[in-house]
Amino acid sequence: MNSIIGKINKIIHFSVVDGPGSRLVIFLQGCNYNCINCHNPHTINHCNSCQECVVTCPPSALQTIDEQQPPKYSTDICIGCDTCISLCPINSDPRISEISVTEMLTEISKYASFIEGITVSGGEATLQFKFVKSLFEAIKQDTHLSHLSCFIDTNGSLQVDKWRQLIDVTDGVMVDLKAWDQQVHLKLTGKSNHKVKETIKYLAKHNKLYEVRLLEIPTVTDYLLRIDEMASWLHQHASGVKIRINGFRHHGVTGKALALPQATKQDTNSLKLSLQQHQFEDICISGAFI
Amino acid sequence: MSAATQQAKDNNLICDMYEGHAPFKPRYVLPDYQLFLQQGSKYLELEPAQDFDDALNNLMILYHFVPSVTNIPVFIGHLDQLLMPYVGELSEEQIYSKLKRFWIMLDRVLPDAFMHANIGPSDNIVCRTILKIDAELAQIAPNLSLLFDTEKTPESLLLQACENIATTSKPHIVNHNMHKQKYAEKGYGVVSCYNVLPVAGGCNTLVRVNLKGVAEQANSITDFMQVQLPLYCQAAYELIEARCQFLHKDSNFFDHFLVQEGILDEKRFAPMFGIYGMAECINTLLSKEQLQGHYGEDQNANALALEITQLVAKIVDQTEVPYGYHGRALLHSQGGLNSDVDVTPGIRIEYGTEPDPITHLMSLAPQHQYFTSGVSEILTLEPTVRGNPQAIQQLCKGAFNHGIGIFTANVATNDLVRITGYMVRMSDINKLSEQGSRTNTTALADGAIKSTHVSQRQPRVVSHEFNHWQNK
Repeated sequence: MNSIIGKINKIIHFSVVDGPGSRLVIFLQGCNYNCINCHNPHTINHCNSCQECVVTCPPSALQTIDEQQPPKYSTDICIGCDTCISLCPINSDPRISEISVTEMLTEISKYASFIEGITVSGGEATLQFKFVKSLFEAIKQDTHLSHLSCFIDTNGSLQVDKWRQLIDVTDGVMVDLKAWDQQVHLKLTGKSNHKVKETIKYLAKHNKLYEVRLLEIPTVTDYLLRIDEMASWLHQHASGVKIRINGFRHHGVTGKALALPQATKQDTNSLKLSLQQHQFEDICISGAFI
Repeated sequence: MSAATQQAKDNNLICDMYEGHAPFKPRYVLPDYQLFLQQGSKYLELEPAQDFDDALNNLMILYHFVPSVTNIPVFIGHLDQLLMPYVGELSEEQIYSKLKRFWIMLDRVLPDAFMHANIGPSDNIVCRTILKIDAELAQIAPNLSLLFDTEKTPESLLLQACENIATTSKPHIVNHNMHKQKYAEKGYGVVSCYNVLPVAGGCNTLVRVNLKGVAEQANSITDFMQVQLPLYCQAAYELIEARCQFLHKDSNFFDHFLVQEGILDEKRFAPMFGIYGMAECINTLLSKEQLQGHYGEDQNANALALEITQLVAKIVDQTEVPYGYHGRALLHSQGGLNSDVDVTPGIRIEYGTEPDPITHLMSLAPQHQYFTSGVSEILTLEPTVRGNPQAIQQLCKGAFNHGIGIFTANVATNDLVRITGYMVRMSDINKLSEQGSRTNTTALADGAIKSTHVSQRQPRVVSHEFNHWQNK
């Protein structure tokens, strides 16, 4: 019995866009970035038990049991209207489940023969470092699940020290490089990208870097502007890496982000072309923009 | 037929597929093409095939003499197994160009998407080349099934088929491990939509029971299980018997040269006992009992469906018929007609209410083993899956692992779309009302789309699962 708890926003049983093959994806609550363009901002913060969503929930699927605790959430009553997250004053979500590693293994077992592996995403999955490490270790030790690959989808902010502790039980990592320049990254996410670059270097060196993801926001991100510098750095530190280009869309975003321009097919294609001209071979543009 | 059976038919509780009361040919015919290629045909004045060209030519000739409900053969053979003995010294390029012409000829001369070719389970150049050509041409015909055997089919062949599905929604992938024991030494073929029938025989008639309609007659689950369903099953048997008597006794069909030359064997024909409308049946019964639950979503609903399937399977297993396979009819999950309104094909989950693909497959899998002559479900996947055919492969293997008989997927936004089991080009449908179509099945598909909401199948990979309430 492994009772380490994860705070889980959502589990998807069949995803085709979160690493190789078909994958069960676990979205962990909580992120240390505050990206203006976040497409699921309700995963950023942990519930502070303010109970405001209880009153506004149209079918009363949320109930106050204890003022000091997050409201009780009933899936049976929920109609999926998302009123709670749209009105949440702190970018959180009252529908989080606390799930132990053992419970998670049971859940994964049900779907094991349909999937190639699992991916932890978020939020920022690595903030729940203990849970992720313990879950991956448990999967590797379980005779029925050890064939599943364990992937992490991350903003890259975890320190190399911590990556070192995860590296043996992790099969691949997708890292977001949200901007090349420190200042642009800071403006976009609220944090510098120094650790992201260290993460990319470390994972590439240990053959665990599955993909670097670039989110193109026209006039905001600086990939094209700084392409020479970025390309030469990636060739030096992450030679042969697969690059996935995502184009920024308004789907899921709120507030100020709606004022940011959406990426067109042309925008993502120009970035792809430029990367090809800089000798990158393995480039894909995410499905919705093809 | 008794008055009660006639009334059940008039009320659409049982249905003979509107073929008329005196069938002069079996509904589905599966010639033993291997025997035909080996021995030639006296009637057709054909020598045994000597080489690849002979084999293709002889097959094309025989196709014109294969009777079926559509007048176009619903089964054109296990093509790779048939053709491999004639490959000889041909190069890959030669095989490719010969098969490509053959594939175009089939689609233009026999333009009907119920015409079904089988390939696999072993890996060979003909199988690989057919997959390559089928993806390139993206034709509605022939319908195509790859037989997958965990012992014989390499992963790379399965992956190639999944890459095809990503762009053309073809082929079906068939759980060969589950079917290979069926129908003794000559085995089975997958024909028409997804019907699994004996080679050198087939289906003499198909009668189906409308589970939705029968559920509406019942006043409780017990009444349905103990009285109404057995009653209408017996009515279906009476209808089967009347139709078979005419076909086998009076029609002279079994004097056909195909029978005389051993290419068909009367003993390998059996009636298909179809059921449809399981989804509405379950929802109707649960609501009559004032119970919660929706087919495909809730365990109690799925468990009741399994019970019903097991009951019908038991009836089919215990009811002797004069013209059956070893004296029995073959249970079938019937895929619907273009005229079916507000009733879901076979045991499928209602269009528009499907859970995620894995839950979808797991909720139906326990029932699949009972449908000897075929059962299918069509998954609709989001277009993002095109970049990740391994995911389709994984889904398919998981499905077989859980007992799914045939794996079939449409990828949303592909021009080629599967209707009940056969293909149509959406671009043809869009032109149909103004320009007509050169293929028989386009008009059927148009009817099916308008009346049965088949196009409302939800594309499912990621997006909807973000709704918490979908993930109970």
